[in-house]
Amino acid sequence: MAMNRILKKQVSSIKPGTLIKGKFKGNTYLINGKLGEGAIGAVYLCQANRQVAALKISENQTSMSLEVNVLKSLEQVRGNRLGPALLDVDDWTAPNGRTFYFYVMEYVKGETVRDFFQKHGTSWLGPFMIQLLEDLEKLHQEGWVFGDLKTENLIVRSAPPRIRWVDVGGMTQIGRSIKEYTDFYDRGYWGLGSRRAEPSYDLFSFAIIFLEIFYPNRFPRPEKNRKKYIYQRIDQVKALKPYAPVLKKAISGKYQTSTEMKRELKQVLLLLRQRNNPRNPEENDGSGFKEAFWIFIISAFSFLLSFMI
Amino acid sequence: MKTGTLRQILLITDGCSNHGEDPAATAALAYQQGIAVNVIGILDHDETEESSGLQEVEDIALSGGGVSQLVYSEALSQTVQMVTKQAVNQTLQGFVNKELKQILGENHRLEDLDPEKRGEIIEVVEDLGETSDLEVVILVDTSASMHHKLHMVKEALIDLSISLNARIGKNRFAIYSFPGKRKSIQKVLDWTPKLESVSSVFPKITSGGITPTGPAIREAMYQFGKKSLLRSFRHGNESDIEETGF
Repeated sequence: MAMNRILKKQVSSIKPGTLIKGKFKGNTYLINGKLGEGAIGAVYLCQANRQVAALKISENQTSMSLEVNVLKSLEQVRGNRLGPALLDVDDWTAPNGRTFYFYVMEYVKGETVRDFFQKHGTSWLGPFMIQLLEDLEKLHQEGWVFGDLKTENLIVRSAPPRIRWVDVGGMTQIGRSIKEYTDFYDRGYWGLGSRRAEPSYDLFSFAIIFLEIFYPNRFPRPEKNRKKYIYQRIDQVKALKPYAPVLKKAISGKYQTSTEMKRELKQVLLLLRQRNNPRNPEENDGSGFKEAFWIFIISAFSFLLSFMI
Repeated sequence: MKTGTLRQILLITDGCSNHGEDPAATAALAYQQGIAVNVIGILDHDETEESSGLQEVEDIALSGGGVSQLVYSEALSQTVQMVTKQAVNQTLQGFVNKELKQILGENHRLEDLDPEKRGEIIEVVEDLGETSDLEVVILVDTSASMHHKLHMVKEALIDLSISLNARIGKNRFAIYSFPGKRKSIQKVLDWTPKLESVSSVFPKITSGGITPTGPAIREAMYQFGKKSLLRSFRHGNESDIEETGF
């Protein structure tokens, strides 16, 4: 498909100053510069009636139509901003006669997750996990799975910091096969689950995202014992220590819903907060001691019981 | 439109057939039988995408009504899965375009509809792609030059199985390698819904010598007939096939 490659290059090299005019509706957009590039097309910053917007353009008609369909169904979810607002959909006939497919959406400004953590350290890990899980929870409740959940598809908006996803290209209805994925974040690639769209599919990618922050060069996939290998990668990161049990459960597909995972994560955050600023240290220690005492009693009892049987 | 069975041949080769009939011709023959022929051409690191030997890859897919893609072996898994998905969509869109022509007249294609209406139709195509039953004969070139690539091919096929088995529709695969012993193709794995079992049976050594791509496609085509349990999508429609081509 030599032709496909040439077209792709065209799509990713539209020069600033190019005027894109819709074939059906006639709206015009002035290209300001490129924001990013993915498997399906390229996203540009553009000017539309004094308003700044993001324009995604591609030669892939099917994928573009499906993305627009997703954005439209997300808009019907009242009060939930689960995706960028869709502003326009049209075709563009380039000067060379080729047809391209584009849609215009709200421009979401922010910095990359990696830049953010480099600047602000790891104290935002917990809040971001909760924010992302809350969004996933809403999305899953609407019957969708994000699919291609990865670091590149997330940005952090500032004041106050809020993590948000930007590309909805992989969103798939629950029960179908995942539309788009990236190996490293895909449980199928790791041999740890199917590519069927289920909430647990996203939760696996979620765990990988927070792991990848500490492994910017990623890590290879071993031939065997892959789950254990990922567990070890988690255990080696000090900053992830409090979250390790939750992340491991996500990796092994133990959470059926994002709500379950959020609940356990909130408990972790609560414990962390108590540990960091104990208002009443004696009481805390006391309860910790009490807990340890009971655990001791129960394990001793079960130990005895196993002997009796 | 009724959900039927889509029939696809997936040829994985590094190009350069050198024995028997022209592979593009046998691919055209398969297409006339309602079987799309898709080709993945594996590049060596010293090869560029413009290498002449690989022109064949594109030609076969063009006459076979399928999709083709050139790729370095490291990216094989993603490509195999993507090409298969595109192949299914392309076949289905061919049917849809034909229906559109019948409803709206000869000069109407999907591209001529405004994006809103188009979106609805593409959603239907996507639905069909997800729910149709799928039969794939995978044809692996095991001539000498493929030797160090077979490991990647095996990985890619297991990965394909993971992707396709997440679909709602049923899948059946069969794997053949070529050249075979005294035959054009050699059965590696008989019709099965799961490809995971390929790990144990996949050829580790190449069979050397000739590359009879054309005869191999012809043989692969007959494998569909051997188990004519499921109705073909094109059942009883053979006369219209020319119209579907694009």
